[in-house]
Amino acid sequence: MLDNLQLLFVFAPVMNVQMILDGIFIGAVFALAAYGLALVWGVMNVKNLAQGDFVIMGGYLAFSLFNMGVGPIAALPIVAAVMFGFGWICYLLIIKRVIDNDMFVSLLATFGLSLFLQQVMNLIYGPEVQTIDSKFPILTMFDSFVTVPMAKVVSLLLAAGFAAIIIIFMKKSRTGQAIRATAQDARAARVLGINTDRIYAFTFSLNAAICGVAGVLVSIIWVLQPFYGIVYSLRTFAIVTAAGLGNLPAVIGVSFALGWVEQYAGIIMGAEWQIAAAVMVLIGVLVWRQIQLRRQRQVVR
Amino acid sequence: MINEKLVYLALAILGLAGPFIFPDYTMQIAVLWVMVLMASTWDIMGGQMGYNSLGNITFFGVGMYISAAIQVSMFYDLGLYTASYGAIKPVFTETQYYTGFIMGVIAAGLGCVVLAVLLGLTMFGLRGPYFAIGTLGVAVAAREIAGTIEVIGAGAGIAMPFLPLPIEYRSLFYCMIFFALAALAHFVIRWMFAQQFGLAANAIRDDEDKAEAMGIPTLKYKLVGWSVAAFFMGCTGAVFGNMVGYIEPLEVAFPVATFGIFMVAMSLLGGKGTLWGPVLGAILFHIVKETTWTYLLGLQWVVLGLILIVNIVYFQQGIMGWLQTKYPEKFGISVDPSLTNQKEEA
Repeated sequence: MLDNLQLLFVFAPVMNVQMILDGIFIGAVFALAAYGLALVWGVMNVKNLAQGDFVIMGGYLAFSLFNMGVGPIAALPIVAAVMFGFGWICYLLIIKRVIDNDMFVSLLATFGLSLFLQQVMNLIYGPEVQTIDSKFPILTMFDSFVTVPMAKVVSLLLAAGFAAIIIIFMKKSRTGQAIRATAQDARAARVLGINTDRIYAFTFSLNAAICGVAGVLVSIIWVLQPFYGIVYSLRTFAIVTAAGLGNLPAVIGVSFALGWVEQYAGIIMGAEWQIAAAVMVLIGVLVWRQIQLRRQRQVVR
Repeated sequence: MINEKLVYLALAILGLAGPFIFPDYTMQIAVLWVMVLMASTWDIMGGQMGYNSLGNITFFGVGMYISAAIQVSMFYDLGLYTASYGAIKPVFTETQYYTGFIMGVIAAGLGCVVLAVLLGLTMFGLRGPYFAIGTLGVAVAAREIAGTIEVIGAGAGIAMPFLPLPIEYRSLFYCMIFFALAALAHFVIRWMFAQQFGLAANAIRDDEDKAEAMGIPTLKYKLVGWSVAAFFMGCTGAVFGNMVGYIEPLEVAFPVATFGIFMVAMSLLGGKGTLWGPVLGAILFHIVKETTWTYLLGLQWVVLGLILIVNIVYFQQGIMGWLQTKYPEKFGISVDPSLTNQKEEA
């Protein structure tokens, strides 16, 4: 561990550039998934534990399309559309029935969905780790201490572009306005003629589509494995709990921070600590929130 | 009233004579008691106290590792033992094995109680879904951390010493131990909920703030409930590790996505917050699980995920809950008709 610290801060400080860049690249993916979760959580008060599995599912869809000869960038809209439809089906079959219920029920129902998706993906694609070789060039800097695969740059740009589209959609379009109205006060929105049931379905599907896009980016820059979904879910929960609902700059900031924490934990303490670090961040955030609220004699609910 | 004595008699026959009547299913019956233990102890916090934990499996795995470490390190050097990955099989004499086993199980239980108190103090400020996610995070973190500790075999795992009994008696031994543990857990829970503890637990579930305002020391009750669950989970894990014979973090010690969620599903299936619900749920779930395993091999996990979703989405009150609303008089519950139309507040 000390050797690694020495390497990082004494012998090759430029490696920090690599860490920070990688943190941003991966943080962008987290930010997308976390924004989706914040959307669903804020609008319909459903805590979706299948979030990470939606991400992985999007990745596998891109993987299948890639094997059929469709490039990842061309696959992006297709995956988004398919995931949108899938989200709608999930809403009709599952979420609709648990939406008015105890919060734990929705949590558990989505956890069941997550298990189901994991296992189906495991059956179809097998438990091996899969990657897409997208054949983008790799840039090197600082005497090849820092490598920047173009794939990661492209994915960052795609994430930024997609996020911009979503934000403009939420701000400007009628549906976006209706979603925000429903989030503020569902009853008042119903009174004013908004079909909140449709809005809920649309929001959940939009979340699935966002996750699908995040998954495509994961498939370009990282690896896919059927059981990695749960860690993505926990990451998104950590981000949303730390950043709060409906606070987009904070979501992006915390996502990048989480990306950095993971990168540094991975290099300083060893690669096997990377997931542990992400989960520890979640626990840390929850404990910190408790301490914060205890001063006001309140609890996290 | 349903005659509880008959139920106990039937379960005692299944537990004591079952392995002799169906010798081929001894292992299945042993796992059945593990499931009953998991569901019943989950229900202490989850059903009765409203603290839905998704991370009770942590205690299962921690107990398993504690007992493994103690059983081996009492007589050998643990680091060398795990470094050999089971290639060197030190011979444990019978006395060594059984003393190690008993010490290991007890230490696992007590160690988990300590862990439960520590975790409880950090986690009990979280309510509802936050508690569930927090405990899930703890379980995943425990899994990942166990995979980095070299002395207990890291990701490669640790081979357990063999039970010095002829092979045909081994599963019988574990079956009996699990039956005894399950029975003990059941009667402890039954006794606990006949005390003031039961009333306090249900008060915490219904409205914790009001309970606190009434002067119930909620934190104390929560710690006690969580510790009892942790104790039994730790002991179960310790014995389970011996039964499986090989411990590794992902699939055996911390199966967050399988046993970790099954215990919740079983309690919900049977009806959470009741004494018999988790037991009934565990038995039914185990039967369904084993049947799908036999007849739908390859699809079994998919089917289980579907069952879980259907159970949670369409049948939340569980079997006992459904029976109690359908035939309240059979359970000695008197229903005030003016209250029946009220929806339960979350």
